[in-house]
Amino acid sequence: MNKMSSEKNERSKLVKWSRRGFIGAGVLAGGGLLIGIGVRPGNPVGALAPKVATGAGEQLVNSWVKIDANNIITAIVPHCEMGQGAHSVLGQMLADELDAKWDDVRVMQAPADGSYVVTDTARMFAAPFTLNAADWIEPTWNGLFTQVARFADAMITGGSSSIRTTGQHQMRIAGAAARKMLKGAAADAWNVSPNEITTKDSTLFHEASGRSASYAEFASAAAEQPMDQTPALKSPAEYRLMGKSKRRTDIPAKANGTAEFGIDAVPEGLSLSYAAVVRPPLPGTKVTGMDAARAKDMAGVLQILNMGNFVAVVAESYWEAQQAVGTIGIEWSDTESAIRTTNDQFAAFAKALDEVGESGGEQAAAKGDFAAAFAEAPTKIEAEYKVPYLAHAPMEPINCTAHFKDGAIDIWTSTQVPLMARSAVADAIGLSDDAITIHHPYLGGAFGRRLESEYVTMAARVAKATGYPVKMIWSREEDTQKSIYRPADISRFRGALDTEGRLVAYDNVFTQRHDPAEASVPAMYDIANTSVRVAEAALHLPFAAWRSVDHSQHGWFIESFIDEAAHEAGTDPLEYRLSMLSNAPRHRAVLTKLGEISNWGSAAEEGKAKGIAIVESFGSIVAEVIEVDMSSGKPRMTNCWAVCDAGFVMNPDGFRNQIEGGIVYGLTAALYGELDLVDGAVKQSNFHDYKMLRMDETPNIEVAIINSGDVPVGGAGEPGLPPAAPALTNAIFAASGERIRELPIMKRFG
Amino acid sequence: MASFNLNGQPVTVEVDPAMPILWVVREKLGMNGTKFGCGIAQCGACTVHLDGQPIRSCSTPVAQAEGRDVTTIEGIAGPDGELTRIQQAWISEQVPQCGYCQSGQIMAATALLRENSNPTDQDIDAAMSGNICRCGTYTRIRRAIKVAAGQERPLDERLAGEA
Repeated sequence: MNKMSSEKNERSKLVKWSRRGFIGAGVLAGGGLLIGIGVRPGNPVGALAPKVATGAGEQLVNSWVKIDANNIITAIVPHCEMGQGAHSVLGQMLADELDAKWDDVRVMQAPADGSYVVTDTARMFAAPFTLNAADWIEPTWNGLFTQVARFADAMITGGSSSIRTTGQHQMRIAGAAARKMLKGAAADAWNVSPNEITTKDSTLFHEASGRSASYAEFASAAAEQPMDQTPALKSPAEYRLMGKSKRRTDIPAKANGTAEFGIDAVPEGLSLSYAAVVRPPLPGTKVTGMDAARAKDMAGVLQILNMGNFVAVVAESYWEAQQAVGTIGIEWSDTESAIRTTNDQFAAFAKALDEVGESGGEQAAAKGDFAAAFAEAPTKIEAEYKVPYLAHAPMEPINCTAHFKDGAIDIWTSTQVPLMARSAVADAIGLSDDAITIHHPYLGGAFGRRLESEYVTMAARVAKATGYPVKMIWSREEDTQKSIYRPADISRFRGALDTEGRLVAYDNVFTQRHDPAEASVPAMYDIANTSVRVAEAALHLPFAAWRSVDHSQHGWFIESFIDEAAHEAGTDPLEYRLSMLSNAPRHRAVLTKLGEISNWGSAAEEGKAKGIAIVESFGSIVAEVIEVDMSSGKPRMTNCWAVCDAGFVMNPDGFRNQIEGGIVYGLTAALYGELDLVDGAVKQSNFHDYKMLRMDETPNIEVAIINSGDVPVGGAGEPGLPPAAPALTNAIFAASGERIRELPIMKRFG
Repeated sequence: MASFNLNGQPVTVEVDPAMPILWVVREKLGMNGTKFGCGIAQCGACTVHLDGQPIRSCSTPVAQAEGRDVTTIEGIAGPDGELTRIQQAWISEQVPQCGYCQSGQIMAATALLRENSNPTDQDIDAAMSGNICRCGTYTRIRRAIKVAAGQERPLDERLAGEA
């Protein structure tokens, strides 16, 4: 406790924004600078300054960067930090274009404000074709998508998008434009041409006259300079920070316990109460009766609330609230869903698939003539795969702190969507957006779970109902059993091989198609006759985007079936894939390198074998080999190799960390992940029965990167996941002859 | 009422002796580095030391700490805030992603190296497999422990050849 000063230093790496920013600060002079800037059309820099640049001598150069009197440069980042490292890398990208001194660069979480919508993320979903257009910075497009993004509250972190959208199209331009303005200001003062001025380490130089000045000296004058809407960006040969494994700025605070997550919110000057909640065991049901006689008299209990769709106990401590809520007898209404068990859910999928038969359903992709090719081919194969429901289980339990006072509310929470959370709160308790302030510190993991805001509205309602500043925390059981879920599904394949063993006909039908739309289409492979179909079937549990979304199941389905075809053809699975990729040179290069680093084809020890899979997702191509030891009769993973082509990797070590994490997340699901339905409710409740991969089961992981360049930059957070499960099940087949067609794997070996 | 030493300083708190140490430390003593993960001693996010031994504070009543030494993540650095070898290795190996489990991981690793300054992979497995990391940083945690134990070169040196 006597180390606060050093802790503060570590903590200050993440500069915080607070509501106090609104008070007493005026609009900075010279704020007109950024009007019409490509980074942010109609950039309201004057209006933003009092929110984000309130420190002594701070000058907001544009809405993504500020420079203070000590030449500390702060990148203002619109995405949240949930472990993916985007805060730091976005800062790196801005700092590189700005020629900023990395040690003096700080990263600040942008406030939940409509000015910080992530235009390009919205654009990626609405009109991805404009992203790669040569004139993508053209102000009309940007203006349009800024409007769209503001309307949709699109301040989103997800889709492995931060680097390739906001980083490439906003942070870099902000840095380059700011550098050009600083040069212009110095050129005017020194009465020289801007072309004679060079920049390095946050300093301006004029070599001929020997003059130099810090950026801080010209930060104000830069505000008078015109803003170039399309500043020249560096070529890879000029990068000084991009492509380098710079240490993440958030890590020191995560090594000494000072990093603040949503659950750590301690609003200044407030004495918190704590809420524990019970939500309906069956989705969508309501409280019909409640017996809280015992809870009422329990120590610390302040209030017991029937909130209609949940019950809350507010107490002096979370532990007391949780003890008390557990004693409340609650009756719930029934649901219209006929699905009560896991078998019911799979029977519903099977029925939908049976109904569409061999050619019906919605055609998601079609090429050639599957029926004719299938009828003619000499060798036919069929397979049916099943995947279960999965929960995200981020380590930080779901929580939200709320304080309602005088018609306004402050919210502290871990969220991937702060502006959507604000809208949800506005709807839930009848406030306007400007009466709601969302504070969003670090997220203790999210993986898609924190794209929903139902928990934020719950805390807001409890705060409004009680008047207490209240911190609501869900138990682990609540989040495992009453959450949003990666859907279960069944996927059926039929394929045909010609006399050479080539896969010439491919038909796949399943029921779950959400996002991305291309996840179920094996577009990279040369298969002359392809049919991908969707049958409609209802889900009993609510859908969630779960790390890599549809790729999480379709990667496994497709790469399992391709492996089955390779074995049917009697061809090495790596060679088989290479032979099907005549129009995919990047995929071939990834697989070839993977073969080298994994020693593919070398003699295996007794009981050991390797499996391979390749999936392109979120703009990155990732192939993985897993080596498994089956000598004990159960799979034990010994090694994993991954090769990734993301075009250009901005921070190689950070990228590798993400791929390693995606692999572990995917292997966890493949081996153990399963949620069962019993009486319509989720059976598993906590880490004892919803098991996670642990250190002693995790293989060695080696990740290699190919910078193929000259293609749009790909994502990092999700693409490591999809190949992991099929690489493992393909390895188990190679080692034991057991073809796993139902996940999780340990159902077979447990 | 509970009295114990927290990071070397005596504290007395007016609480139910059955309240787990986790909640006493977080809510009553304002030390938020120790995290709630599962509440049933399955994930290790709440790991603290009780008389130097790693325990799950979510499932240990504060009564068990009576008169004893509790050490949290806030209490392991030197008196001037100097980070321990383990903490330095966590930074040099760039271990954390979201970071939420890492206080518990560091407390478990600290106890391991105190008992065993030159652990094998099996020793590391045995000491660390009670701690879950959903971000999947296990291979980096293992390497950081080896770097802290002087068995491996730090990441900076290994990356020195990188373009």
